[in-house]
This record gives sequence, C-alpha cells and structure tokens, in this order.
Amino acid sequence: MNSFRRIGNVAGSGWMMISKFIIIAVPLVMIWVLWDKAYPLLKDNGFLNVLSGTEWKPSSDAFGFRPFILSSLYVSLGAIIISAPLCVLSAVYLSEYAHRRILSFMQPVIDILAGIPSVIYGVWGILFIVPWVRESVAPAMGLESTGYSILAGSLVLAIMIIPFILNILLELFSAIPNELRDAALSMGTTRWEMVKVSVLRRTGPGIISAIGLGWARAVGETIAVMMVVGSTFMIPESIVSSGYPLPALIANNYGEMMSIPKYDSALMLAALLLLVITVVFNILMRLVIRRFTIQSDGHEL
Amino acid sequence: MIFSTLVIVGALGTILYTIIAKGLPYLNWDMVSSLPQGGYYFGKEGGVLNAIVGSLYLALGATALALLISVPVALYMNVFMRRRRRMVEAFRFFLDVLWGIPSIVYGAFGFTLMIAFQIRTSLQAGIIAVGLFIAPIMIRAMDEVLQTVPNGIREAAYSMGCTKTETAFRFFMRKAAPGIVTAVLLSFGRAIGDAAVVLMTTGFTDFIPTSLDQPVATLPLAIFFQLGSPVPEVQGRAYASALILTIIILIISLGARFFSRMYYKHH
Repeated sequence: MNSFRRIGNVAGSGWMMISKFIIIAVPLVMIWVLWDKAYPLLKDNGFLNVLSGTEWKPSSDAFGFRPFILSSLYVSLGAIIISAPLCVLSAVYLSEYAHRRILSFMQPVIDILAGIPSVIYGVWGILFIVPWVRESVAPAMGLESTGYSILAGSLVLAIMIIPFILNILLELFSAIPNELRDAALSMGTTRWEMVKVSVLRRTGPGIISAIGLGWARAVGETIAVMMVVGSTFMIPESIVSSGYPLPALIANNYGEMMSIPKYDSALMLAALLLLVITVVFNILMRLVIRRFTIQSDGHEL
Repeated sequence: MIFSTLVIVGALGTILYTIIAKGLPYLNWDMVSSLPQGGYYFGKEGGVLNAIVGSLYLALGATALALLISVPVALYMNVFMRRRRRMVEAFRFFLDVLWGIPSIVYGAFGFTLMIAFQIRTSLQAGIIAVGLFIAPIMIRAMDEVLQTVPNGIREAAYSMGCTKTETAFRFFMRKAAPGIVTAVLLSFGRAIGDAAVVLMTTGFTDFIPTSLDQPVATLPLAIFFQLGSPVPEVQGRAYASALILTIIILIISLGARFFSRMYYKHH
C-alpha cells in the first residue's frame, strides 16, 4: 500500500471510531448530566415525597410532581385508548382484507401523517379539536370547559402516534408466513377466523408491544400537547378539565429555572423521568417485537 | 375495519384542510419575503422570512452534522460488523431505543450543558442538539439501505485488494447513494419540524443570523409564539406560517419517496 492509501485508510477508520464513540456516549452523558442535576432535589426532599407530593410552589421549596405525572398518564393513556383500536383494526384491514392498491394508497398517507411536525398538529388541535371539545363534548357531559383539556391532548396525540403504531403492526403482520394463513383457510375457516387464529393470536404480544411503544412516544410529546392541554397547576378532575403533563412543565418553565433555588433540579428531574420511562419502555417492548419479527423471518438467530 | 382506516385518512384530510383553509387567506408575498417590522407582533407590517431562513439554516446545519456522524457509523455496521450478527443486532437495538428518547429531553440536556459552559442560545447550540437528536434516525434509515447491498460487491472489492475502509467508503456508499439521500431528506424533515429542542437551545430573533453564535428563529417556534398573541391578525399569520411549514414538509416527503423509488428501481 502506498502512503496515500494508508493515510486515507487510517483517516477513514478513525472517523468511524469517533462517530461510533459519539453515538454511544450521548445517552450515557445525558443520563449522567440529568442525574447530576436532579440528585440534590431528590436528596433534600425525599424521592417519594417529590414523586407523590401534590403541592407545586417552587418559591417555597414545595416540589410535588403528582399533578404532572397524573396529567401525563391521563393524556397518554387517553391517546392509546383512542388510537390502539383504530390502529389494530386498520392494520388487519390493510394487510388481510384490502386490495394491494389500497395499501399502496395508504402508505403515503401514513408517511405524511408521520412527517407532519408536532406544531402543526398543535395548530390543528387548537382550530379543530379544542372548539369541538368545548362546544360538543363538554356540554354533552354536562360540564363546562374551555376546550383546552386532557381530552383534547389525547385526541391530538392519538392521531400523532397512529402512523408510528400502524407501521410496526403492518411490519409484524407481514412477517407472518402465508402458509399459516392458507393452512387456516384450507381448514374451512372464514377470513375473520383465520385472522383471529393465525394473525392476532400469533402476534398478540407483538401487538401489545407496538401499542406500548406508541405510549412511550406519546408520553414524551411536547409542543402539540402543550398547545391544547391548558397547562394549569392542578390535578385534573375530568377529561374535559385541563392538565399539565411533564414535557409541558419543562417547556413552559425552563426560562426561569435558574432564578429559584432547586427549580432547575426539579425540571431536570422531570426530563430524567421522561428519559427513564421512555428508555425502559422502549427496551422492553422492542425486545418482544424483535422476537416476533425475527422468528417468523426464519433466517435469524 | 374499513371505518378505522377511513378515520385515519379523514384525520389527515381535516389536518390538511384546516391548515390550508385557515392559512391561505393570510398567506401573501410579504409573509415569505420580509422580516418582521416594528410592531409586527401587534398586527403591523412584515413577514416570517427570519423564521423560514432560520429554519433552513438550522435544519441544513443539523443534517450536515448528523450526516458526518451517521455515514461512518452506518458503514461500520454494515462492512466491519457484518460477520458479527449479534453485535449488529444489538447496535441496531441501541439505535432504536435512542430514537425513542423524546426531543424535550434532548432540549433539557442541551440547555443544562449550555448553562454549565456559559453558552448563549444560538444557532450552533441548536445545530449540535438537533444534529444529535436526528442522528439515530438517519443511521437507521441508511442502515436499512446498506443491508441490501449484495455481499458480492464486498467480496469483489476485497479480491481487488481493497481494505475494509476503502470498501465501505468507495463502494458501499456509492451503491447506497439514493438511499442515503432518502435518509438525509427524512432527517431534514425531522430537523425542520422539531420544536422542543430548538425552543430550549436556539432562542428567537427577528433577524436572520449572520454568524453561528447568534440566536435564530425557526418556523415551529414562530407559529407557536404568534398563536399565543391575542391579535387576530397575528394569529392568522401563525396559520399562514403553519401552511408554509406544511408545504416544506410535503415537498421533502415527496422528494424522499422519489429517491427511495429510484433506489429500488435500479436495485
């Protein structure tokens, strides 16, 4: 090898090593930095007190996360309850019933939904969902509401995570070998019975994990939710009252976090909570999904 | 089942319809060609050129930075680690998990570091934070394409005396080029649409930045801030800005489809 090639070779491999190192280091540094910031609050106020406390008065050293954690849970669970059935049913329809042409029509629809930025969903939520909740849903429930509510947040999130869950489901279903479907059909089952036995029951845990991944995505979503959820400091009383999820807490208050002692610690704890929840959920759910897609591909492991 | 599929199509329909119907009346040449003038946020003259250009700067910078990290990692996974199946699988898994971290966490992380190192909100801080945020998506998108590069190319390159590094950069990269373009476009779309990271790292300004250490305005934040105004005229401009952002995103995703189709046609 001449020296020119040798230098190129070393530079190329060095570049690869450095990039790989950066990618692996980012999450580790992130966890370390956030933990380092959040630790003082946890140490002084007690871990359980902080997580379960209901009072939020940063100026008098009261940092109760309960309203935020509950809001986050309500909004994201609401989103899952709305979008999970939609996703499972349309995934079954698209992969088992629909003509190929319909699937190839839906592919760009899913892609565009996935590509629309969060802030656009927020604008849509304000213009479309919020008035609907205010004028139709809340009166129907006999309640007053501004429309900026848990329900509005859930509806917007539900649409946002549909493309994400739907894509995983379609991939799961397409990994099922056709022989299994034919075997069921040749036993004289109807199409729906075949779907139940060879598709849904077989991929059951995979479906649940796909929904779990959708949930983890919903929990961390910031701008769109923040625009429609109301953001008032209280434990939400009903689905049409407003809430204050964790990401909104960070995004609304990071500006003054250095002016009050321990405020920065509290906000970074919120970020750390989001990080831990999403990472743990991602790991667990993806492990299950991986088993399903790899097994049925038949060429791995 | 057909109903739920229709609901999904309908949701996209109402989103596009709402944005177009509300945004179009307020969209005019001034919106896209001029900076906010004095009193802009009370409904006076001006446009959101600062945010459009700012978003493009930021997204271009972040995509370039992510590309710098992603290309070698994706190549490494597919040339150097090809024999070690389990390690590649584990690395892919790691990237997928990394992709699941919400953008607000990247924002909070970036903001904390900026305070620690006394860096002001600026274009460069935003580029680094957003670049790191989109890198996992970009690597995985490239990886999907590189996986389909036939083994024969690798063997042919080795038999001609190429080193692994040369094989990676000379042949794998060229073979997967249209796929890499798709990956870049997808990540560009993420970068331009993200609001949570830029909210905490780039600040906001009425001017177009002339250097990397100045704050920069971005479209998602321009939409967000204008919507918060009580003046109907300004809210209307938020809708128009939303329409502009939607059009940019649609163009990008059409481009991505075009290139990915090109790749699979030649394949």
